[in-house]
Amino acid sequence: MSVGQVASELEHEPEPDPAEVEEPEGGRRYTGYLLIIPGLVWLGLFFLVPFYSLVATSLYDPAGTVFSGYEMTWEWSNYTTAITDNWEPLLRSFVYGGLATFFCLLLGYPLAYAIAFKAGRWKNLMLVLVIAPFFTSFLIRTISWQLILADNGFVVETLQWLHILGEDGRLLNTPFAVVTGLTYNFLPFMVLPLYASLERIDHRLIEAASDLYASPIRGFAKVTLPLSMPGVVAGTLLTFIPAAGDFINAELLGRPSDSMIGNVIQGYFGGGNNYPDAAALSLVLMALILVMVIVYVRRAGTEDLV
Amino acid sequence: MSTISRPGRWVSDHLILIIGLLVLAYTFVPIAVVVLMSFNAPEARLTYQFDGFTWHNWANPCEPEGMCDAVVVSIEIGLLATLGATILGTLMAFALVRHRFTGRSTTNLVIFLPMATPEIVMGSSLLALFVGTGFSGDLGFWTILIAHIMFCLSFVVVTVKARLAGLDSRLEQAAMDLYANEWQTFWRVTFPLVFPGILGAALLAFSLSFDDFIITNLNAGNEVTFPMFVWGSAQRDIPMQINVIGTAMFLISVLIVLAASLRGRRGARAVA
Repeated sequence: MSVGQVASELEHEPEPDPAEVEEPEGGRRYTGYLLIIPGLVWLGLFFLVPFYSLVATSLYDPAGTVFSGYEMTWEWSNYTTAITDNWEPLLRSFVYGGLATFFCLLLGYPLAYAIAFKAGRWKNLMLVLVIAPFFTSFLIRTISWQLILADNGFVVETLQWLHILGEDGRLLNTPFAVVTGLTYNFLPFMVLPLYASLERIDHRLIEAASDLYASPIRGFAKVTLPLSMPGVVAGTLLTFIPAAGDFINAELLGRPSDSMIGNVIQGYFGGGNNYPDAAALSLVLMALILVMVIVYVRRAGTEDLV
Repeated sequence: MSTISRPGRWVSDHLILIIGLLVLAYTFVPIAVVVLMSFNAPEARLTYQFDGFTWHNWANPCEPEGMCDAVVVSIEIGLLATLGATILGTLMAFALVRHRFTGRSTTNLVIFLPMATPEIVMGSSLLALFVGTGFSGDLGFWTILIAHIMFCLSFVVVTVKARLAGLDSRLEQAAMDLYANEWQTFWRVTFPLVFPGILGAALLAFSLSFDDFIITNLNAGNEVTFPMFVWGSAQRDIPMQINVIGTAMFLISVLIVLAASLRGRRGARAVA
């Protein structure tokens, strides 16, 4: 189900497709509702209703605290304060998230392609290996990167020896480390949708291109790549959204000056006790991401997303 | 006939596989670090580097104060969240693929949205709900569980739905033709065929729940889950035992996934 499809279906409730769903008889007519309602209620209560609370919180008087309680004063200025105070981390979130998504695509596409077309009977094993590293805790993996990128570590010393890094050049606690961590941590979100869409491609189409004297590169550019676009779109979205909202990598691998919007929101909720500004920032982040997703999906013009 | 020569073709064919394998190897580098550090005997408390080999961490996994309690809390929440999300999500997947009801597109949107929402936004909106309704003093195990069922649910629906949609409906028709009633058809044919999908969804839900930090941290009150323990220790000094837990998690999940995929392959052969 694509975002675009969802949006268009919201406007026009589609006619049920009789071929897709059999007409239920008698008592079975309500089975669908019985099955769907418990889960829908859960999502309604704990996903949709909280957004209402978040909007309400974002308009409270910022002078309150959790302990004294908040007053609803329709404080729209919370939004302007939140944005003007934090436009830098907000921008960094989108830049770091975007860079990580780009590198994930760069690393993930060859991997997904190799699994889909070149792995043969090792396909299943390779798929397991793609997910396997991500069964270790996200935080522990990120802490490992601290060690890999450490000042006295192998990577830094090699780069210094090659004079790519200067004498006192470092990797840890730089934006580079943050993007490296984000790229690493969200790679499977790129590889799996890419693989799913490459796997669906009819091999005869690629053979046909080669029969018609297309070179492998031309065949790839004209047949395989366009047919894998749904996977590229799904993968970039599934990578970008969590990467832009993440604060773990920025906290563990960056300096405070590399902080992303997640760090700010987390800080406001945590020690800062500044719930209204945190809520306003969360909603700004969500709105920006939604706008980007809609524009992106429109431009990519793809139908299948999830 | 190809426009490039055979050796050229061989290189280009294998080049992509080699790049793929290199990327795969790269994803295992931090895992190697985790395994290595689980055998580390640190000399200074604040430097995170390999100083020497020891069995100590594996022999005394629960030595860091509060760590094993946190692991137990995470396992409890993980199991309950998996149970809740798998049941609710499987029912939803069946409704979406097999039944007719109005509001299908809205339902699809509501299922899709949690996957397209950054965790920090979901976490803060839930916190706003709990605080706004006067539950700020009750944040803890149950609020974490509520949150985990919520964010695991969509992933379960998508996974089970994919399996159900890929199911050959002729197998069910065959069962009906052979005079099985609906109930028998469901339990003898449909359910066993969908089961690998449900199992996969449950594994995914457990690992999402066990590993979650951002949403959990906002809604945990005084409860400490394993990722929260790791986060807390990363601010001070990191006990090497977290790497023991990390290595164990890795080994256990790889074993489960391998066993499941072997079983799945045998099952697929039996059906075919």
